[in-house]
Amino acid sequence: MLIPALYLSVALFVIGTLGVIVRRNAIIIFLCIELQLNAVNLAFVALSRYTGIEGQLYVFFVMTVAAAEAAVGLAIIISIFRHYETVDVDKFNLLKW
Amino acid sequence: MITARPESVLAGSGAVSPPAAEWEPILPGLIVLLPLLGFVLNGILALRSARYSSAALREGRDWDPFAGPRPPATHRLPTWIGPGVMALAFALALVNFLGMMAADPHDPVVRSYWGWIVTGDLRIDAAIQLDRLSMIMTLVVTGVGFLIHVFSVGYMGRDPGYPRYFAYLNLFVFFMLVLVLGSGFGTMFVGWEGVGLCSYLLIGYWFSDREKSDAGKKAFIVNRIGDVGFLLAMFLLFQGFGTLDFVPIFAGAEDHFAAGGVTITAITLLLMLGAAGKSAQLPLHIWLPDAMAGPTPVSALIHAATMVTAGVYMVARSSVLYALAPTSQAVVAGIGVLTALVAATIALQQYDIKKVLAYSTVSQLGFMFLAAGVGAFTAAIFHLVTHAFFKALLFLGAGAVIHAMHDAAHHGDGHLDEQDMRNMGGLRRYMPVTCAVMWIATLAIAGIWPFAGFFSKDEIIWYAAAWAGAESNPFGRLYAVYWGLALLTALITAFYMTRLMVMTFHGANRTGKTASSRLHEAPSVMTVPLVVLAVLSVFGGWINVPDALGESFAGLWGALPMSEWLHHWLEPVTHTAAGIQVAGMGEAAHAAPVGGGEAVWALVSTLAAAVMVAAAVRFTSTRRYVRAAEDPGPQGGLRRFVYNKWYFDEVYDAVVVRPVVAGSRWCWKAVDTVVIDGFVNFTGNFARLAGWATSLFQTGQVNMYAFVLTLGVLVVLGATVFL
Amino acid sequence: MYGDWILHALIWLPLAGTVHVLVSSAERAKNVAFRWSAFVFVLSLGLWWAYEPGDGGFALESSASWIEAWGVGYSLGIDGISVFMVLLTTFTSAIAILGSFEYVRTRRKAFYALMLLLEMGVVGFFLATDIFLFYVFFELTLVPMYFIVGIWGGERRIYAAVKFFLYTAVGSLLMLVAILYVYFASGTGSFGYDAFVNAGLSLREQLWLFAAFALAFGIKVPVFPLHTWLPDAHVEAPTPGSVILASVLLKMGTYGFLRFLLPFFPDAARHPVVVAVMLALGVIGIIYAAWVAAVQPDAKKLVAYTSVAHMGFVVIGVFALTLNGLQGGMVVMISHGISTGALFLLLGMMYERRHTRLIGDFGGIGRAAPWFATAFVITALASIGLPGTSGFVGEFLALLGTFETHMVVAAIAATGVIFAAYYMLPMVQRVLFNELDRPENRTFADLSRREMAILGPLVALMIWIGVHPTPFLERMEPSVQAVLERVEDARADAGHTLGGED
Repeated sequence: MLIPALYLSVALFVIGTLGVIVRRNAIIIFLCIELQLNAVNLAFVALSRYTGIEGQLYVFFVMTVAAAEAAVGLAIIISIFRHYETVDVDKFNLLKW
Repeated sequence: MITARPESVLAGSGAVSPPAAEWEPILPGLIVLLPLLGFVLNGILALRSARYSSAALREGRDWDPFAGPRPPATHRLPTWIGPGVMALAFALALVNFLGMMAADPHDPVVRSYWGWIVTGDLRIDAAIQLDRLSMIMTLVVTGVGFLIHVFSVGYMGRDPGYPRYFAYLNLFVFFMLVLVLGSGFGTMFVGWEGVGLCSYLLIGYWFSDREKSDAGKKAFIVNRIGDVGFLLAMFLLFQGFGTLDFVPIFAGAEDHFAAGGVTITAITLLLMLGAAGKSAQLPLHIWLPDAMAGPTPVSALIHAATMVTAGVYMVARSSVLYALAPTSQAVVAGIGVLTALVAATIALQQYDIKKVLAYSTVSQLGFMFLAAGVGAFTAAIFHLVTHAFFKALLFLGAGAVIHAMHDAAHHGDGHLDEQDMRNMGGLRRYMPVTCAVMWIATLAIAGIWPFAGFFSKDEIIWYAAAWAGAESNPFGRLYAVYWGLALLTALITAFYMTRLMVMTFHGANRTGKTASSRLHEAPSVMTVPLVVLAVLSVFGGWINVPDALGESFAGLWGALPMSEWLHHWLEPVTHTAAGIQVAGMGEAAHAAPVGGGEAVWALVSTLAAAVMVAAAVRFTSTRRYVRAAEDPGPQGGLRRFVYNKWYFDEVYDAVVVRPVVAGSRWCWKAVDTVVIDGFVNFTGNFARLAGWATSLFQTGQVNMYAFVLTLGVLVVLGATVFL
Repeated sequence: MYGDWILHALIWLPLAGTVHVLVSSAERAKNVAFRWSAFVFVLSLGLWWAYEPGDGGFALESSASWIEAWGVGYSLGIDGISVFMVLLTTFTSAIAILGSFEYVRTRRKAFYALMLLLEMGVVGFFLATDIFLFYVFFELTLVPMYFIVGIWGGERRIYAAVKFFLYTAVGSLLMLVAILYVYFASGTGSFGYDAFVNAGLSLREQLWLFAAFALAFGIKVPVFPLHTWLPDAHVEAPTPGSVILASVLLKMGTYGFLRFLLPFFPDAARHPVVVAVMLALGVIGIIYAAWVAAVQPDAKKLVAYTSVAHMGFVVIGVFALTLNGLQGGMVVMISHGISTGALFLLLGMMYERRHTRLIGDFGGIGRAAPWFATAFVITALASIGLPGTSGFVGEFLALLGTFETHMVVAAIAATGVIFAAYYMLPMVQRVLFNELDRPENRTFADLSRREMAILGPLVALMIWIGVHPTPFLERMEPSVQAVLERVEDARADAGHTLGGED
């Protein structure tokens, strides 16, 4: 049961990563990041069966962080949208230099 | 016989020197302290009065302290404080001197007040040493100093900076006393640099005048060149003896250094460098003529009577060291006689009355160094003392003339250089007293019997001759040349001094019609010191009449107990050096290099000097001088060369000053700004450039960042898996 | 007992003052700061009596554990070297704060808070006997000074501040590496002073570590050719910043030589090549800086360069490795702190009145402001080492000490005495003397009461040290002797160290 679960986890992670790289819409990118996090969560849960309870414990950490991140991230996206009236990440390069 | 006290046994027998009697000096520290007190009091007054003048300046009005019926207290009190402390100091010095004469102590008395620099094995005490030499110097400094202070009351009485003037003058005397009374080279150096400071302040006393403050600066810097020599000599002495005090150094020098050794020669040459700076000897003489920018009494006190003779005093004080270094002595004598000659030739062509006297001073100081160089340390001090009398008199007399000319110039038509002798002439009618006393001083400096300068200068020339003939003098021929040059210089001296007198006081008056009516004799506060100095210039030489002359000259001196008094008085100070010299070179000769004894040559030189005086009177009075404004200056190559002071200043400017300034600019503009800061800024700019280059990767596109990140992860993962 | 708490108080009271300044109003900030600094100074005066020279080791020692895992202690102590540095710091801090009342008019709270913080850092630096603690304080001084130059400075303040910061940081980071090396090499697991002294390093190690330490301190001193940050920092810094910089911060470099460099790496310190290099740099500094100073049109820059020349005397005095040389170096440090501090204050007063620092803009000030001129002349004379002032005692001893071991070096360095006159007198002349030809200089105000209160003690100290330096010399002698013995003891078993090298 472990191997298929890990394959699923890898597949989800790669999909998430590709989504982050290729998509332009900030919300989609955000969702892809969530996908990556959940891929890792899946791996944690699957492995916890063999390594102990800590794996499941970490999942809660990740979920907490993800929730906090979602709150902050969505807030940033909303304020960006208010300013530029778009969530297309190609349109803003505030991080430049 | 047996019960008789030893003193009474010895009294009367001149052969045995009496035992060193205990002698308690009376408040010796107070001699030094009194002028310092005067400085503090006058300094407070000066600062107070300066507040008024600067307040007036800010409000845009003139402040004349002498406008009212009575000047303010700040300008009345210095009249009493300045000369007052000097009178007290002189009285105290005299009391101590008389006490010393009565007790006749053989050893110096050292009074230590506190440990000045005490660390490790170094100990320099703030201590004074009273011995025969320092007491003579103290008497000269306080005595002549007192007279010049009194003269200053008249000369500077109407100057707005009057209290400041006396503050500086008192401070100078304080440092000069530290110099002569200091018990070691360390303490002496305090006075040494201190008098240089006061000289700087007083030359630039009228500091608003750029030329005058330039002259002060020049004096200070040139003096400091000499001071470096003094410093290094001190270091060498400390390395040799572990102390800088005179007593142990001079007592141990003979055992410590081989005669003519490298170290002792280096020490004495370095000390001579210091002396050359302070006493304006070649090649460091250039500051003294410029120093005439100061008030004339300052020139009399500092640049004629006392400070510039400090070098001579120091060499005489270190006689033991010089006696051990014959090469240094030859150098000292050579510098001395060359300076004397060069300065005397320059004096021939100067028109500024103070410049003539300045070069005359340089020349006379050269004579003193010649004396020290031929081992005649007593003669050096003797000439120092008589020179202090007659040169102070000459300067003060010149001051009286300038004072009169100044008043005249104010009422004359157009600009009038009040120090240019071409604008004077015939002043005898207006200033008879000044004229008379200055003639006395002129005859004294010219070396005419029986004035003071005759005895002292003749002794120096004689010693040069005798030294040249000493049995085993390694530089015998050289000294014979020195002797000839010294004789020549003495004759030139007689000429240029007579020229000065004739141009100033005789012939027709060239001051101008309206101006000449204002010419007047100086007030008595100025003439009385002149008369006192004139008396000293006549009789001052009698303290050391050589036996040979005493017998020859009319038998008059044979009867006096003054025969060679100074020589005997200074014997405890100089006898060690004399002993070393006799041991090293044998007895001095009793005849000049071309034959003839002391009395013969004295007669020859005084007659020659008299002839020169007469020749100068004739030559100068027949020449028609025109006023400075119309005079094109000296014509002819040699005359111009001499008039322009052998171009010393120009050569120094080209060889030393300009290269140093150019080097300084190069260090700043090239090394500091371009090389060092260039490197520093390059590293900064390089970092900035590198940062800019790498920042190009920051496109701001988050997707791209994620892509690169992923790529990076894959590369690292791949590397760990496959490598 | 006074001795038990004073060292701690001297470090933490300025910090308390910082807090107090921050919570008080901007108008009151200067008074609050001055009172704190004056209070600290008065407290520190007791050290003059509390410190007994004894054998020259640390006195009033106290130590607490700080970061136990690394063997870092909060250890303080004082000896005959640091006692004068601390007194100089507390004294000039109070003077500098008093001297800034007119100069600093913006962001006053921040300024005075930083000044007190700086005082804390410097005092801590001089008192620390734990190397980690010393390093922390060393870096701590950098921050306030950076802001003081960068915020209250002149036109090119940012350039000057960054240059100052980077120069110092380069040296101090290399020194940190060296400190860590010694820490691990000693094997005691302690940053204590004694552990570092007895680290038992080979000559080869010592030479490298010496280079790192010497670079850090040499930049601070500054030694030629690491000096170019100094003129910029001085010119741009506000008056109180310049005063502290010249009086105290430069002394951290030479103090580092005495406290750390020589005792930690004695074999390197007396290595002939090292000695030759350091002496050469000292002598070049003396003459080169004097020359460059002489042609500066900006008075403040001129005085900044004279600092380099003065510190050159300290360098040759220290590396002559003689008692007189080290003592002379110490006195030059104190004397330079007083006289150059006073010169910067005087230049600050000139700037406040005329808003220019160019020498050519002045002239004839002596007529307009006689008291100012008097103070200026005395200070200038002390700076060029006239006998009877503090400068002479220091330079004389430093040169004498150098002469004992290196005659030629001393002879060349002695010409610095001439060049001192060459740079200082023309400035004095062009500022104070000459014709009073500019109308704006006619109204140049003379010293106010506050300014007299600032300059009076400084002038008095210059003359006191010049006339009677013995109380200073006898207090520092045992400690200086101890440093010297440490270097010389190493000489005794040098064969062992050298043998171990191969």
